[in-house]
Amino acid sequence: MAVTGVFMSAVADTHSQEHHHGPAKGISRWLLTTNHKDIGSMYLIFSFAMFLLGGSMAMVIRAELFQPGLQIVQPEFFNQMTTMHGLIMVFGAVMPAFVGLANWMLPLMIGAPDMALPRMNNWSFWLLPCAFLILVSTLFMEGGAPNFGWTFYAPLSTTYGPPSTTFFIFAIHIMGVSSIMGAINIIATIMNLRAPGMTLMKMPLFVWTWLITAFLLIAVMPVLAGAVTMMLMDINFGTSFFDASGGGDPVLFQHVFWFFGHPEVYIMILPAFGAISHIVSAFSRKPLFGYASMVYAVGAIALLSFIVWAHHMFTVGVPLAGQLFFMYATMLIAVPTGVKVFNWVTTMFRGSLTFEAPMLFAVAFIILFSIGGFSGLMLAIAPADFQYHDTYFVVAHFHYVLVPGAIFGIFASAYFWLPKWTGHMYDETLAKTHFWLSFIGMNLAFFPMHFLGLAGMPRRIPDYALQFADFNMVSSIGAFMFGATQLLFLFIVVKCARGGEKAPAKPWDGAEGLEWTLPSPAPYHTFTTPPDIK
Amino acid sequence: MRAYAKRATALAAGLSSSSVVMADWTMNMTPGVTGISNQIFSLHMTILWICVVIGVVVFGVMFWSIFAHRKSRGHKAANFHEHTVIEVIWTIIPFAILVAMAIPATATLIEMYDTTESDVDIKVTGYQWRWQYEYINEDFGYFSSLSTPRAQIENRQAKGENYLLEVDNPLVIPVGKKVRFLLTANDVIHSWWVPDFGVKKDAIPGFINETWTRVDKPGTYRGQCTELCGKDHGFMPVVVEAVPEEEYNAWVASQREAAEKERQLTQKDWTLDELMVRGEKAYQTACASCHQPDGTGMPPAFPALKGSPIATSDMAAHIDIVVNGKSGTAMQAFGGQLSEVDLAAVITYERNAWGNNTGEMVTPKEIFDYKNQGSQ
Repeated sequence: MAVTGVFMSAVADTHSQEHHHGPAKGISRWLLTTNHKDIGSMYLIFSFAMFLLGGSMAMVIRAELFQPGLQIVQPEFFNQMTTMHGLIMVFGAVMPAFVGLANWMLPLMIGAPDMALPRMNNWSFWLLPCAFLILVSTLFMEGGAPNFGWTFYAPLSTTYGPPSTTFFIFAIHIMGVSSIMGAINIIATIMNLRAPGMTLMKMPLFVWTWLITAFLLIAVMPVLAGAVTMMLMDINFGTSFFDASGGGDPVLFQHVFWFFGHPEVYIMILPAFGAISHIVSAFSRKPLFGYASMVYAVGAIALLSFIVWAHHMFTVGVPLAGQLFFMYATMLIAVPTGVKVFNWVTTMFRGSLTFEAPMLFAVAFIILFSIGGFSGLMLAIAPADFQYHDTYFVVAHFHYVLVPGAIFGIFASAYFWLPKWTGHMYDETLAKTHFWLSFIGMNLAFFPMHFLGLAGMPRRIPDYALQFADFNMVSSIGAFMFGATQLLFLFIVVKCARGGEKAPAKPWDGAEGLEWTLPSPAPYHTFTTPPDIK
Repeated sequence: MRAYAKRATALAAGLSSSSVVMADWTMNMTPGVTGISNQIFSLHMTILWICVVIGVVVFGVMFWSIFAHRKSRGHKAANFHEHTVIEVIWTIIPFAILVAMAIPATATLIEMYDTTESDVDIKVTGYQWRWQYEYINEDFGYFSSLSTPRAQIENRQAKGENYLLEVDNPLVIPVGKKVRFLLTANDVIHSWWVPDFGVKKDAIPGFINETWTRVDKPGTYRGQCTELCGKDHGFMPVVVEAVPEEEYNAWVASQREAAEKERQLTQKDWTLDELMVRGEKAYQTACASCHQPDGTGMPPAFPALKGSPIATSDMAAHIDIVVNGKSGTAMQAFGGQLSEVDLAAVITYERNAWGNNTGEMVTPKEIFDYKNQGSQ
């Protein structure tokens, strides 16, 4: 909360510019707030806390894998670490960070005074700390935390799960409720509160990508809730949805899970696509190339995401026809994704480029996310997937789309909008240091995982054969470097919130959008009367 | 593109044959030893090179912009923001590449799915945490468990060459024959993978999956379980020995004979000491990974046997839980996994080891009777 106070003092100080009442004093401001900026800040701070927590679990994993043999933790605890790392990063770090960005920026970008449903907004945030308190508390329960991977395949997670599984299910339910309410709020805001004259095809891309993401959330979070409810019944009420010995079907679990799980990975990347589009255009001082095709590409990716789920299940024994269908559908995703990358590169082409921290992260995003996309295309080739599946190649793949994809997207956005949030410029030298250390650490940690996977190392193992030793050591060193670097980010943000060079209303000369028409920091209440859209 | 793949195949093959113990810095997939694994390798190299070429072109343009179109070099921004023709072109070209890629992938996939006309059928069952191999037409089968000593895993002893990739009883298959695998699991989902064969298939309780291989080169091939299956997921390797046909036939004959001998042991009169000796061995392979070698278990998932009511009082309940398992828990039904002799030995051992000195024993014959009465 100390950080919260620091972070928000800049906003609080300037509320008097407006004629409306300012924020409440003390703890009730945070507990009872309906202000989109306060709630956005809380989401961002919460997600960063979860990022550090999930990250420290990754450090335990990498420390154990530093050398062959069991040194630091036992296999049972190792499995708890991989599971909790995945769950916390997906549901606690990445998703809330994007919701935080949405809360802060959507009203400012569409000229709205606040989110459409402010009280629900408060409620959807405060559910999250409750959910994660429950989830994290399982670490201290008898039998330990969930240990069946973030994908929690039945029957490992049902018949064979630890007693804490029921708490895990409850936590997932609460997170789901929070996400669905957040999504409803975002859709209601975008549909109803746009400033007059802002037609759909004039909306900033971040607004577009979040609109589509919100529909994905509404479509798939209930499916996840269904999956965990069936688990709950199997564990506690004697049903056999996923228990073969009672006539159930363990493969059904995977179908249901991945019907949620695949759109989920796009939920974690589409908002980043939007933010990156603004940043690349701003620092190229050139309009985004192919705005309309960007919108259609995001729509196409979202639709395709519903018909590719079984590519996670190529080795499960899907019939040949199904295998072929899911292979072709998955390969198709490369087309709209390619369009997006081509558009970004063409936006940079013949621009007037500068490389402040947001742009560095954005350029790294484009290159490294594309590498993750390439390995995704390789994984889509079903026969080859029989070799890649459940090896470190997959671990490398999804960390390349999630770390330089989602996480770098979030860093880029944070640096891009920090001046607007705090009224100060962040320390550019430190931010560039943060970038380069993250960039090197990330590649050192995750690139060797491609080699490990191709050489035959399965994922989710606490110990490995000797031929994997060297690359694992390199990977661990990179991971420690990446992990430690993130404390620098915390320092940079706190420093920026406390003071620094005054930020002008529009600190980036190439930036476009309504948010830059407001003073920095953005007053507590903004756009109480809608702006004019040209 | 094909030429690249071929050249890379040859290069990688040269590398792997020159160093039998895999080089520590292995960076790529190996072509393997079967037709399928070679086709997969070729698909892998093709798609990899396609990605490399696209990457070089796209990032080439990007790096050119980063280098030449910097503000610091005084570059003025152009103002274009769409171009329909070029956008259509870069939608169609990737699509065409994908179609070209999908054709060989489809052909390989069809071949992988053709499990007909097999010469040898082997049922592979995944257990926490070992594999069972049953030769369907030959009337014998056995378990295959990790043979790396605990001391190596816990760093009390230098690690051997095949650390974590060695088992007590490898799977034996004949070279040059189509071997069909029928995969299932007894508890959770496992996945059976031998990289050199290009074979990976999930073993799922309640399902029978099929896959096949034909290995032409005799040798020992190593793989691992690739689906998270609990705490010892990293400790259930797959080892396959491909041997010439005569050798295979001789091995099958000896296995059948041994299986027959094992069945006769049920009728023998066993003493407590004999059962204790055999029981300790069976306990270490079947029970110790959960209940621990000293019987203290890992509560709450894996209860202690040392001093437990089940192992020290009611004998009938003890036999029941070992033979039939306990539903809703990780305790499996060992009735189908262990012979009557081993069941009797394990139960006797558990009732007399670690200070559980009940002095009671159960004979293989009694177990046999119990199982047959249970099945009626």
